[in-house]
Amino acid sequence: MEYAIDYVLIPLIKIGVVFGALSGVIAYLTLLERKVIAFMQVRLGPMRVGPHGLLQPIADGLKLMLKEDIVPARADRWIFTLAPVITLVPAFIVFAVIPFGPTIHIPAIHILGAAIPARDIGLFITDINIGALYVMAISSIGILGIILGGWASNSKYPLLGALRSAAQMVSYEVALGFSIMGVLMMAGTLSLVGIVEAQRDSGYWYVFLQPLGFILFFICGVAETNRAPFDLPEAESELVAGFHTEYSGFRFSLFFLAEYAAMIVISSMAVTLFWGGWLRPFPNVAALAFLGIIPGIGWFALKVLVFLYAYLWFRASWPRYRYDQLMKVGWQILMPLAIANLIVTAILVLVFGGAK
Amino acid sequence: MSTNETLFDASELTVSMGPQHPSTHGVLQVKLKLDGERVIDAECVIGYLHRGVEKLGEHQTYGQFVPTLDRMDYIAAVSNCLGFCEAIEKMLGITAPPRAQYIRVLMTELNRITSHLLWLGTHALDIGAMTVFLYAFREREEILKIFENYCGARLTTHMFRIGGTQYELYDGFEDQVRTFIKDFPKKVDEYETLLTQNRIWIGRTRGVGAITAKAAIDIGLTGPALRGSGVNWDIRKAKPYAVYSDFDFDIPTGSMGDTYDRYMVRMEEMRQSARIVSQAVEKIPAGPLMAKLSKIIKPPVGDIYHSIESPKGELGYYIVSDGSTMAYRARVRPPSFVNLQALRQMVAGHMVADVVAIIGTLDIVLGEIDR
Repeated sequence: MEYAIDYVLIPLIKIGVVFGALSGVIAYLTLLERKVIAFMQVRLGPMRVGPHGLLQPIADGLKLMLKEDIVPARADRWIFTLAPVITLVPAFIVFAVIPFGPTIHIPAIHILGAAIPARDIGLFITDINIGALYVMAISSIGILGIILGGWASNSKYPLLGALRSAAQMVSYEVALGFSIMGVLMMAGTLSLVGIVEAQRDSGYWYVFLQPLGFILFFICGVAETNRAPFDLPEAESELVAGFHTEYSGFRFSLFFLAEYAAMIVISSMAVTLFWGGWLRPFPNVAALAFLGIIPGIGWFALKVLVFLYAYLWFRASWPRYRYDQLMKVGWQILMPLAIANLIVTAILVLVFGGAK
Repeated sequence: MSTNETLFDASELTVSMGPQHPSTHGVLQVKLKLDGERVIDAECVIGYLHRGVEKLGEHQTYGQFVPTLDRMDYIAAVSNCLGFCEAIEKMLGITAPPRAQYIRVLMTELNRITSHLLWLGTHALDIGAMTVFLYAFREREEILKIFENYCGARLTTHMFRIGGTQYELYDGFEDQVRTFIKDFPKKVDEYETLLTQNRIWIGRTRGVGAITAKAAIDIGLTGPALRGSGVNWDIRKAKPYAVYSDFDFDIPTGSMGDTYDRYMVRMEEMRQSARIVSQAVEKIPAGPLMAKLSKIIKPPVGDIYHSIESPKGELGYYIVSDGSTMAYRARVRPPSFVNLQALRQMVAGHMVADVVAIIGTLDIVLGEIDR
């Protein structure tokens, strides 16, 4: 019975909550995007559906579901159907290891005479000792769906979009991996919970010790998620809609959801690895203890929101890179910097000792 | 799906860009031959918006033909109108009264600003900077309001008549223009903060679609596309028409002839147009609006070529009159049509993303190309 509660019931509840919350966050992220960009462009954004357009995501979702589902005549039907799913599923299951908050203690409660003993519940679905690696591995599967989707459409613009995204993701994946290694060495663990705890113990968010690593991570992260200014695979003005040109209705919305989920993943990873996860600002300064009034999960959400805002800000501000420039930035600037950062960190960790 | 009959049977990929494509600025079709992302060749297919404007000119009286011309370059309808009216006036041997001339210059320059603003917005949007578009349209709206107050239309204005202008300026016109012109240079600076020094923008436009002065002249480029290559040729200065010789303004030129230079030229032209407008609005003379001419316009037998500097380049009208009320031949030399010819030469060797940048920098309007 205890076993069932600990290993089946509680994880299931957690999964349900995370999945539900995530879907809601993604839906409203689309509204946030439109509102924020509208604000930057001196206009109002959606205003018609509900007060200040608050019901717009629901209307959009309904619209997408009711739309005709078109499969191009000579498309590879199976792969065409499968591609959005391949993209979406990894984007969601990455959240299994993201620590939203610390482990909290729930006291024993009695319901109808049955005693539920006190237990500790972590505000994360699971904590595995290869968390960072898991995130990197799973999130790169999503690209497969994009390539397949572009290929299976049997159309030229999607194919070009898929080619672009393949090249882009492979290039930036490498730099992304290198950029987080400094953090991993300092924390001495791959567990995401462990990394946050290491930041708590050392008293510093790693962004202060790894500023370059953070900047590289975020740049590569934006490129990984195909967002402006790296939105080449779906560059509207060049490739119509890139890899999802031929997708419509619900299938398109799966790609759409995956993109926004990936944005949240990158933001969450940036927060977890560099910005102290659920920790309050300056966890080593006792005078700021009153900040602890906001629970850890609140801090986490707040920090993620900052990064999501940055995403939208980029989109409103910058033109798009060209394909060759993107490759140049990735291989000639970001990669050497990431390797240099790695080497310097390795030496410093050797000299001064890591987290342990 | 067999690969032989689909995509990879050839080393080069032919992509038909347009006529329904977000960045071809209308219904232009460009047949691109691609080697991966690199463009080997580009062939323009035009004619999707052909409405037989020139032929219509042979079956409408001169006065009736003017509104039709507004539909050519609908972004700069005022320039179209001005060029034709002046051409016919030249044939008739009359000139519009000074008040009408000043109103014409003022409106044409305001229209040049709207045209350049639309170019700026769409060009930046093509390169991925979406916010400039909204900012540019904010100011464009102010000018369109002035147009609407003046003649009731915003886009296809039919503002002038052969022999002058029809409408008197409305009350508060000067103030509205002054208010706009006072703020406008600051707004241009604002657009520039988003683009001019932006590394990505420079990377996307510097060296892209470069064309030498000689090649530009050989193709027949005019307007900002020519001046970006460093040729100081602007019909407003070279062969002054209307009352442009009364105003003090500069002709900006580039040096490298690339997309960035053309961008800088147009940005500066907006400031110079604002300068002309601010001078014009202060010295609009009093007097009649229309020259004395008979109700029925019958130019003497003969032909004439008259050209003006439209926002896109040299807009020329070649009119042959057989002495009747309708033109025997009304030929238009549209700047976009000639400028578009440079596309093939400009895109060769560049990448797909540059094609949209180059189409944007040529500032074409399909209504004018196809007529």
